[in-house]
Amino acid sequence: MTASPSPASADDLCDLFRAGAAAGEAVELVGGASKRAIGNPARTTRRIDLSAFRHVIDYDPAELLLTVGAAAPLADVERLLASEGQMLAFEPFDHGALSGGAGGTTIGGIIGAAVSGPRRLSAGAVRDHMLAFEAVSGRGERFKGGAAVMKNVTGYDLPKLMTGSWGQLAALTSVTLKVVPRPEVEATLLFRIAEDRAAVEAMAAAMGSPAEVSGAAHLPEDGITALRLEGFAPSVAARSRMLRGLLGPADAIEGEESHALWRRIREAAPLAGEDILWRACVAPSAGPALGEALRAIGGRHFYDWAGGLVWLSLPRDADQAPVREHAGRLGGQAMLTRAPDDLRRRLPALHPSHPDVAALTRRVKTAFDPAAILDPARWEAPDAD
Amino acid sequence: MTLRMPMPDEGAIARRDEIARAMRAIVPGDGVIDDADGLRVYETDGLTAYRQPPLIAVLPETSAQVAQIAAWCHANRIKIVPRGSGTSLSGGALPLADGLLLVLARMNRVLHVDYDDRIAVVQPGVTNLAVTDAVSERGFYYAPDPSSQIACSIGGNVAENSGGVHCLKYGLTANNVLGAELVLIDGTIIRLGGRHLDPGGLDLLGVVLGSEGLLGIVTEVTVRILPRPETARALLIGFPGAEAAGACVAAVIGAGIIPAGMEMMDRAAIHAAEAFVGAGYPLDAEALLIVELDGVAAECRHLAERVSAIAKENGAQSLRVSQSEEERLAFWAGRKAAFPAVGRLAPDYYCMDGSIPRRRLPEVLSRMAALSRHYNLDVANVFHAGDGNLHPLILYDANEPGELERAEAFGADILRLCVEVGGALTGEHGVGVEKRDLMPVMFSGTDLAHQQRVKCAFDPDLLLNPGKMFPVLHRCAELGRMHVHRGQLPFPDLPRF
Repeated sequence: MTASPSPASADDLCDLFRAGAAAGEAVELVGGASKRAIGNPARTTRRIDLSAFRHVIDYDPAELLLTVGAAAPLADVERLLASEGQMLAFEPFDHGALSGGAGGTTIGGIIGAAVSGPRRLSAGAVRDHMLAFEAVSGRGERFKGGAAVMKNVTGYDLPKLMTGSWGQLAALTSVTLKVVPRPEVEATLLFRIAEDRAAVEAMAAAMGSPAEVSGAAHLPEDGITALRLEGFAPSVAARSRMLRGLLGPADAIEGEESHALWRRIREAAPLAGEDILWRACVAPSAGPALGEALRAIGGRHFYDWAGGLVWLSLPRDADQAPVREHAGRLGGQAMLTRAPDDLRRRLPALHPSHPDVAALTRRVKTAFDPAAILDPARWEAPDAD
Repeated sequence: MTLRMPMPDEGAIARRDEIARAMRAIVPGDGVIDDADGLRVYETDGLTAYRQPPLIAVLPETSAQVAQIAAWCHANRIKIVPRGSGTSLSGGALPLADGLLLVLARMNRVLHVDYDDRIAVVQPGVTNLAVTDAVSERGFYYAPDPSSQIACSIGGNVAENSGGVHCLKYGLTANNVLGAELVLIDGTIIRLGGRHLDPGGLDLLGVVLGSEGLLGIVTEVTVRILPRPETARALLIGFPGAEAAGACVAAVIGAGIIPAGMEMMDRAAIHAAEAFVGAGYPLDAEALLIVELDGVAAECRHLAERVSAIAKENGAQSLRVSQSEEERLAFWAGRKAAFPAVGRLAPDYYCMDGSIPRRRLPEVLSRMAALSRHYNLDVANVFHAGDGNLHPLILYDANEPGELERAEAFGADILRLCVEVGGALTGEHGVGVEKRDLMPVMFSGTDLAHQQRVKCAFDPDLLLNPGKMFPVLHRCAELGRMHVHRGQLPFPDLPRF
């Protein structure tokens, strides 16, 4: 790795990308460096520090709009929003927490990795709140997409394409997000349910009711199914009664205790440690089949998104292949989120696509980054069996 | 007619009989239309100012047929215009004289509903309302509700990323679709997304949503269905002016309340709607707000009180809270009939669709009034006030020479104004042919080139719905991707416009 420049402007970034393209030198885009433990570590890149793009550009609480530099730290943004009684609805979190570290994750990193937490189930994902951006593509050209309004269908929805692209198309320099009011009250009902299948059925019943559940997780090792209700006090009280009527008795936690539980869930704290950590997405009703199949080979797991997000861990010495086999067979996908270097060289972090989709994906990447400078090797597995 | 479309390829037109034979080999029965009378049915969509019968219309019944049609057209360099129900207000399904119109209306089955996973898998020709009808027995519904929901198809909704009055709380089509089957121009069938959240990989589904039929042909859609809220109440609030109504909207949202819908109408729209349906609208109001609250009964009751208080603090002249489902529907009847109601005021109307930051509303309305005087054409406004989406209705008479052109020029000025105040050319109707030439008002050449390269990644020969969305159709090779075969460009005679 050569010295890491810190471009001060989008034009500087254009120059760096053009130079990279001319020299055939790949670049690694770094904001808060919270996700460097994801992807193949064995690659040669020039690290580019994006921290100059860290400022709040415009925040208009009445319009529910926030525009910030892509390297704005998530923690700063969340503090700013909280000062106006607002928040990011999709409940992002710092990936650093998955590896025992924390702090530093940026808005650009949240968007690039599409990091949505428990409320993704009811409020939508990062992509649903990403309204507009400015960026420098792999061509070394400044461009923008979307518009800073709630509703816009003008041209292709490039903000969605940027979300979850892991910086493979462009370096975001600024982004405009839709923000929402923070709920007045939060309460979580804790139901004692031992079996995974019974828990997922209970969560499906809750999600199929008018109770407007904003978080639905099951922690098998505690035998607890947690259902979160948010909103105005009379509404939360009425919906608590509704859920108890539907599912039976439950304990309730509120306020900071409830916040803390959902923070643990979104940061996968129940599976903290050194084991290999996978984040698998399947249809909610397929969640238990995945969890149980992995339990049979020594895996541990818990469910978010009413069963549709399965956090899985396997011992380091276990064969990891069954994770993707089962997730794929169930119609879903699994991302490798915590693993030692040798495994990261053998298994791609992102679930492989169908060959026809992979071919289309390559064409789209080439459209934005024809010289392949935006760190493509990170997503390959050079030591694959 | 001011619109310029690509010069038709006379070679393709001369091959009509051959194309019809090839299509009949793929689609048996009466699914291939090539007679002049039959084709005239498809000459326009919801943007009726523009008409062009297609070269041929084909109505496939299966994904496999769509794939064969695409592969044949790709091999034979025949353009394809996909069409659902033909309700586009931006001319997204306007046919081409040298192109095949691919009508997906016969692919109209609800394939699968799963209440545990809260999804429905439907074919593209299923109407928006039919999705709700298919799941309402179990208390579910499909949230996006464009005003044409009786007729418009899910495939068209995906193409246009359609919204509706409830998208303030429930999102546009893109926020309610989990997966799609897509036929690419070379006949490859791919699946994007699925029945799960967060499919991983590049969000190709996200860019297909709202791509106006330029990237692929959607042959199956997996949508999220939601449990119907326990109850809903509406408030009908009259204001002495748009400023007060706008301030009320901001104060409601500032109080942390996101209503299911929040609609505004100006004086012209209020009077037209009241004369048409007798909804009981206050005729002395300069601006009318309809605020819909949904959820459990306790929430609706609580929020109705809070919104009422906020309305009074912001100068409401009149305020009614619906006391029954009948009354709630009556409040909506006028708004839902606003377009035809305004349509009675003049022989023709032109429905615009700009998006603005909400706080700029009073300024935009006053400048729109000045434009109305300048063009000597009346305008009525309905407005999705919660999310800043304007629908000015320009009144004109197409039989008066020059009035259509004047209405179009007025409309273009309104959209330029929307962009000038930080908004967008279209909030939910799409670019199509209507706003195509205004794209440079919002996007630089570099911005547009980055968009069009996405088009090239999906459809390098520009065979899918050409002439829509992009003001200048660049050859993909010019944009940096090479498709030169034996020293020749694939379309040496591709018309430039």
